[in-house]
Amino acid sequence: MTQVHIASPLRDYTHGASPVRAEGATLAQLLADLDRRYPGIRFRMIDEQQRIRPHIRIFVATREARDLAQPVAAREPVHLLCALSGG
Amino acid sequence: MATNLTLWIGTRKGAFALRADAQRRRWRLGPPQFLGHTIQHIVQDPRAPRQLLLAAKTGHLGPTVYRSADRGRHWQEVRIPPAFAKSAEGQAARAVERVFWLTPGHASESGSWYAGTAPAGLFRSEDGGESWAPVAGLHEHPSFPQWAPGWKTPDGELLHSILVDPRDARHLYIGISVGGVFESTDGGSSWAPLNEGVAADFLPDPNVAFGHDPHCVTLHPLQPDRLYQQNHCGIYRLDRPERRWQRIGRAMPARVGDIGFPIVVHPRDPNTAWVLPMDGTSVWPRTSVDGRPAVYQTRNAGRSWQRRDRGLPRGQAWLTVLRQAMCTDAAATPGLYFGTTGGEVWASTNAGESWRCIAQRLPEIYSVTAAQG
Repeated sequence: MTQVHIASPLRDYTHGASPVRAEGATLAQLLADLDRRYPGIRFRMIDEQQRIRPHIRIFVATREARDLAQPVAAREPVHLLCALSGG
Repeated sequence: MATNLTLWIGTRKGAFALRADAQRRRWRLGPPQFLGHTIQHIVQDPRAPRQLLLAAKTGHLGPTVYRSADRGRHWQEVRIPPAFAKSAEGQAARAVERVFWLTPGHASESGSWYAGTAPAGLFRSEDGGESWAPVAGLHEHPSFPQWAPGWKTPDGELLHSILVDPRDARHLYIGISVGGVFESTDGGSSWAPLNEGVAADFLPDPNVAFGHDPHCVTLHPLQPDRLYQQNHCGIYRLDRPERRWQRIGRAMPARVGDIGFPIVVHPRDPNTAWVLPMDGTSVWPRTSVDGRPAVYQTRNAGRSWQRRDRGLPRGQAWLTVLRQAMCTDAAATPGLYFGTTGGEVWASTNAGESWRCIAQRLPEIYSVTAAQG
């Protein structure tokens, strides 16, 4: 099980919880499992072409993931961040 | 007299309900809902008035739709929001950035809805908005990549003005900015451009079949062959089965021009419509002409226009009103409402004769829609 840290704009889906747990050997598998547990959360981060949305950043441990093929090793935490500028 | 009228205000920072008393004299602004979310459009289902859909996005997050079954007191995110089909290898990969427009389906098809998106896409729901599917007949049309080339305009390429002919559920119109007006007579399986007579003076060849910039298109519910269009290049009327739009904006005063975003029709009189002209000169300020806001009304289908500005600021008022931010209600003497990007809502309860401000200091307003009952 991976510990997944949820940015505040996404915590409506986790009923305020962060971190939460999800399972998967890759980011794709992990986000699929996260969406099973918290329906709808994945589409707010990943578009229908399976791209990470422009203002979302995903870190596996301290490595920023560029796509969903990124492996997730056991005990590596995942951070889901929201990045936006402007008012 | 209107009863239980609510204006739903979609803003860059949330949704607001502005509720009228029975005489539409007093207005009560409810607390923000979805505070901080970008709310593009909030639309009541006329077939089931307790139900509303709301198009949302948050700065960071992808687009979605929420649904209410109790007149907007509670909202729940839908199960499958609008999303394009997965692109084949080597094809342009479209992804919905924003759900821009919501239209209830035909009265005979309860639970059906259409959504228009940025970049341009058309989606249909048959279960009250719970799940959405692309209208493949449009997206897979061989000309769609030319009709909707994905111009990266500041607010994105928008699909809007989804119109359903009240006589025929299979007869649809859409507007694409930039792209033009398109028509389907088979429920969205096939589409054809409908832009003859419309100027496109920003294009190298203005005599094109598509590539136009309709800002807002509407049809009259009681005379559905009567269409009006506020375009980037003027105001038009089309009486089907004709195919050539007439530039009725030529009858506007030259110093005001015929540029704007919204166009609204009288709920019962097909000859009456209102526009809100904006400055479309040079760099396109898109503010009230000369800083003096005015609504213009036609009562003869665009042969002449009258200025309606009583109660509006007399000067130094640089308002912008977006295409979804003007509406009427269903009262015997219809109310007319508009919201500004500066966060004001203005109301006329005498069909535009006089105006007053009924809400201010709201976030940037994207849409104003009336909900009855």
